[in-house]
Amino acid sequence: MLIKSQADFYSGVMFTAVGGAFAIGATTYNIGDGARMGPGYFPLMLGILLAIMGIVIMFQALVVETVDGDKIGKWAWRPLAFVLGANLAFGVLLGGLPSIGLPAMGMILAIYALTIISSLAGHHFKLRDVLILSTILAAGSYVAFIWALKLQIQVWPTFISG
Amino acid sequence: MDLIHNLSIGFGVAFTFTNLLYCLVGCILGTLIGVLPGIGPVATIAMLLPATYALPPVSALIMLAGIYYGAQYGGSTTAILVNLPGESSSVVTCIDGYQMARQGRAGPALAAAGLGSFFAGCVGTLILAAFAPPLTELAFKFGPAEYFSLMILGLIGAVVLASGSLLKAVAMIVLGLLLGIVGTDVNSGVARFSFDIPELTDGIGFVVIAMGVFGYGEIIGNLSQPDDEREVFTSKVKGLFPTKEDFKRMAPAVLRGTALGSALGILPGGGALLAAFAAYALEKKIKMRPGEIAFGKGNIRGVASPESANNAGAQTSFIPLLTLGIPPNAVMALMVGAMTIHNIQPGPQVMTSNPELFWGLIASMWIGNAMLIILNLPLIGMWIKLLTVPYKFLFPAIVLFCAIGVYSTNNNTFDVWMVAIFGFVGYAFLKLRTEPAPLLLGFILGPMMEENLRRALLLSRGTWSVFITRPLSAGLLVAAALLLGIVLLPSIKAKREEAFVEE
Repeated sequence: MLIKSQADFYSGVMFTAVGGAFAIGATTYNIGDGARMGPGYFPLMLGILLAIMGIVIMFQALVVETVDGDKIGKWAWRPLAFVLGANLAFGVLLGGLPSIGLPAMGMILAIYALTIISSLAGHHFKLRDVLILSTILAAGSYVAFIWALKLQIQVWPTFISG
Repeated sequence: MDLIHNLSIGFGVAFTFTNLLYCLVGCILGTLIGVLPGIGPVATIAMLLPATYALPPVSALIMLAGIYYGAQYGGSTTAILVNLPGESSSVVTCIDGYQMARQGRAGPALAAAGLGSFFAGCVGTLILAAFAPPLTELAFKFGPAEYFSLMILGLIGAVVLASGSLLKAVAMIVLGLLLGIVGTDVNSGVARFSFDIPELTDGIGFVVIAMGVFGYGEIIGNLSQPDDEREVFTSKVKGLFPTKEDFKRMAPAVLRGTALGSALGILPGGGALLAAFAAYALEKKIKMRPGEIAFGKGNIRGVASPESANNAGAQTSFIPLLTLGIPPNAVMALMVGAMTIHNIQPGPQVMTSNPELFWGLIASMWIGNAMLIILNLPLIGMWIKLLTVPYKFLFPAIVLFCAIGVYSTNNNTFDVWMVAIFGFVGYAFLKLRTEPAPLLLGFILGPMMEENLRRALLLSRGTWSVFITRPLSAGLLVAAALLLGIVLLPSIKAKREEAFVEE
């Protein structure tokens, strides 16, 4: 059988999988009955409902004609990897990662890392521009978040500030 | 007069220096993100939520509300000058607004949008002030069964009026409800779906979901599009004021847009976006006067009406939130979050327990609208300059603000990992063409729905018929069923699809 709408078919798969997983997970908790619901009751109900809806969506995607097949198209791996990578690098540098012995490097370094990595996701990358941008953002964030809003964020690396 | 008394309390609160300042900050930020395409009020409010911890609750809500209606003003500027909707609710403004700009009439188009928005904002605020108290009275008659049914109606309403596939949208709600119940169950103390991760026993933070799905998901989506040439009409904005003829045409359109927008804003699932679409469709049906320019070629009515409607809708969508505690759209869902952060339980009791917050917020909206008209008409040049900032400088800044915002919610890097996961999920939603907004609504309502369902069934000793034997609850469920039924009628279904394709 041919998939008539790719986007719908795979969203149906996603809904069924997630709904099913929630429903199965819910059975490990006490289900109870209507008058005395256990913690598993509501998630089990919703999980089954979601799985059924997913199946209906999949079925529709196989039957209902669409004009262009609703192709999902290429995944934009580059922006995906760099934007999320920048975010992860920010988290690692800001808080440190004790499991690999990396000390907290503080906000300023984390901002430089985030700006540089995330800029790589774009179409044009010029190091000079990016460095200027990072400096502006670092200074701006210091003023806005540390100085004005007084958020509790470590600014400098642990080995400098102690 | 109660109303006048209440409003005077409100203005007393709103007119303090701090609150005026935060109102202004909210309006400026709102206009800013409205002007910039690719970032919307949902992501911005999510980003700023952590920053409002330190503020008094009134100031925090005043600022966040300002961002929402401020975005409606800013969005029209980009729509008219660049032919890009700065905000999703300005999609229809592009059609005629951009054509006017190309004919050198950007000034009158901007003025029509600004003045229309201002008028609509004032009317919307008045409606909010007038309708909130009686609705609150009604809400006090609600038991758990009614609340459960009301949430069903709200959620159904939210998807019926949205664009795209109905079934997928309902599925997204259910997915949101499921994500909402991750964490410790309040009744039994069991940590559900937390995989023994201590941070997850508190549940998934909605800032994390909002930021990941709406912030990162959108950025990745935008970056995967090829750069397109933007034609910005920066130099040609002069002669801001519309002619007498323009005024004659736009005045009735503004009135119609305001009326329609106010009505649609109150409905569950309504708000700015729907209001703008409906208003444009209505204008097109109204007979042309002789000598009038056709729609799609630069008709001023096509700018004035949807812009009034989206602002009126933005204003009145606060009604269900403030009176019933039920968020009608994703932005209001975030406002629920903002209220809970400040230990205010949204619902009918807000008006009596926090009158200064309730009326202060309403009064601030009027002040905010007055600020916005000044920010957006005389100071338009400043915003136009912003449009020339390339996206390659903007998106790293947005990524940064998201990251800092997420981290500072709990000062915990765990949230930063979570937001990366939801960023991926958000991009997947985009690829699979599933609307993320219903997910956020479901996520906020999930725990509330479970709690009310539990209580209702506990009181009825497990008989499900309690939802249809109590008249108020039955009425709400019938309304929900009717909504679904109407949308599924073949003739309406075709119309609905047509209305959203029209871009």
